[in-house]
Amino acid sequence: MELIKLVGVLIVIVGFALKLDSILIIFLALIATGLAGGLGIEGLLEAIGTNFVANRSMAIFIMILLVTGVLEKNGLREAAANLIRKVKGATAGKVIAAFGVMRAAFAAFNVGFGGVAGFVRPVLLPMAEAAVTNQGYEMDENHLEDIKGMSSAMENFMWFFFQVLFVGGSGGILVQTTLASLGYEVDLLSLAAAEIPVAIAALVVSCVVTVMKDKKLSKKYYDKKK
Amino acid sequence: MEALKFIQINPDLNTSLVNIVWILIGLITIYAGIKNLRDEENPSRVGTAMFWCTFGVVCAFGTWLPAKVTGALVLLMCLPPIMKKVKVGKSEAPTKEYTAKQYEKVGMKIFIPAFTVAVFSLAFALFTNISSMLAITGGVFVAVIILMAYNPKENKAPVFLKESERFLSLMGPLCMLPQLLGCLGGVFTAAGVGDVLAGIVGKIVPEGNIYIGILVYAIGMVVFTMIMGNAFAAITVMTVGIGGPFVLALGGDPVTIGMLALTVGYCGTLLTPMAANFNIVPVAILDMKNRFSVIKNQVVVALIMFTIQVIMMMLSVR
Repeated sequence: MELIKLVGVLIVIVGFALKLDSILIIFLALIATGLAGGLGIEGLLEAIGTNFVANRSMAIFIMILLVTGVLEKNGLREAAANLIRKVKGATAGKVIAAFGVMRAAFAAFNVGFGGVAGFVRPVLLPMAEAAVTNQGYEMDENHLEDIKGMSSAMENFMWFFFQVLFVGGSGGILVQTTLASLGYEVDLLSLAAAEIPVAIAALVVSCVVTVMKDKKLSKKYYDKKK
Repeated sequence: MEALKFIQINPDLNTSLVNIVWILIGLITIYAGIKNLRDEENPSRVGTAMFWCTFGVVCAFGTWLPAKVTGALVLLMCLPPIMKKVKVGKSEAPTKEYTAKQYEKVGMKIFIPAFTVAVFSLAFALFTNISSMLAITGGVFVAVIILMAYNPKENKAPVFLKESERFLSLMGPLCMLPQLLGCLGGVFTAAGVGDVLAGIVGKIVPEGNIYIGILVYAIGMVVFTMIMGNAFAAITVMTVGIGGPFVLALGGDPVTIGMLALTVGYCGTLLTPMAANFNIVPVAILDMKNRFSVIKNQVVVALIMFTIQVIMMMLSVR
């Protein structure tokens, strides 16, 4: 009965559908899969420990938090907002799109830009907010929620689709070794080259979608109040 | 690219220094635990402290602890959040008046420490073989020093710790969700979940049509990535199970098909709460109301990029 191994997958799908607590869902799925998959208690604990430690790089944002708060305390949000007030015709969508271009350039070198904690929160959001209030509108709560969502989304789009241009990045290496196991030898440079049109498409699509969505939202929230 | 990297350090040194980074991060979270244990305004002092301290211990000493012990600690760490016993204590968010006053004092040069992490990351990646974790840490340290120099009276060392505690508490237990999901991915792999899923998909693909093969491979990558929360976990299983026999064996171009399959998988990453570090942690950092606000804003782009890439894969068939 191989299908029993999928019990964890089932827990995850049902759990998120029922809007249960995320940690509870993962906790249950971990234990159920470990037992159904025949890992045993020791094997399960070992797999959890090894993988938790191996994924510590995801906690690096905690290091960045060391300065995020103090930067905000020292007026970074105000500085970002004032800077954008000098740019005529700036809208939240355009500000986020401009960020996307810069983020893409960094991602192509396989480096981050401070991430959500280091850049989006203390610099990008105040800029996007200032772009809205600068047009004489009072920030609508729901618009702000979408601005936050679009900013994080832009960070993800550019990171995902531009990081693969970096020759020797982990994604390309994984594809290379996977193909090699099937008997296809490919080099990392042509793998990265294959992604160039994808990355350009991602940049154009992300920026256009963001600017258009923000335009629509601005109309929805502010037009009637004019 | 490699020729640019004129600063080379010993890989062992890289590893040892990165271990120091983990110890520092562990100490920051342990500080958060102790602060809350002693905080009389926190309605759940023990649970909160237990969570943050355990997280800190695992981060700081995971390199040396036996994997079984770490695993047990991780499960223990899950209990306070599941029982809703991780709470926010006393916190002093700076007022708007305060930050406006600081802005008048510091002015636009506040951007310099704001960009050090990015500049360090780029410079280290271009010119050295030093780990990006060390680059980020170096950037943070320089930012701390610059901030101290700007305002030596107010930006003292404990202020940085207090502020990071404020943000950690604001984010709460979601901080460790990405790593916990990494565990689930690992346990799925160890239990052979991927092979079972690929086997099911393999049974329903009609053999002999490369275009149907590409479509199934691509949809498989998206769905699989959404379940595992990670395209890396999906690409190996799906390529061996579906991509190889149903696409490449029929003459698909391994470079385009194999590589684009990964970024097709990324479209799945954009759609799943299982990719917590990308889709859920920002909800906490940016204080959003709906935990699906990031994913909601990614659906349109993910679907367009999926379509574009599937078409490109199909066009690459000779």
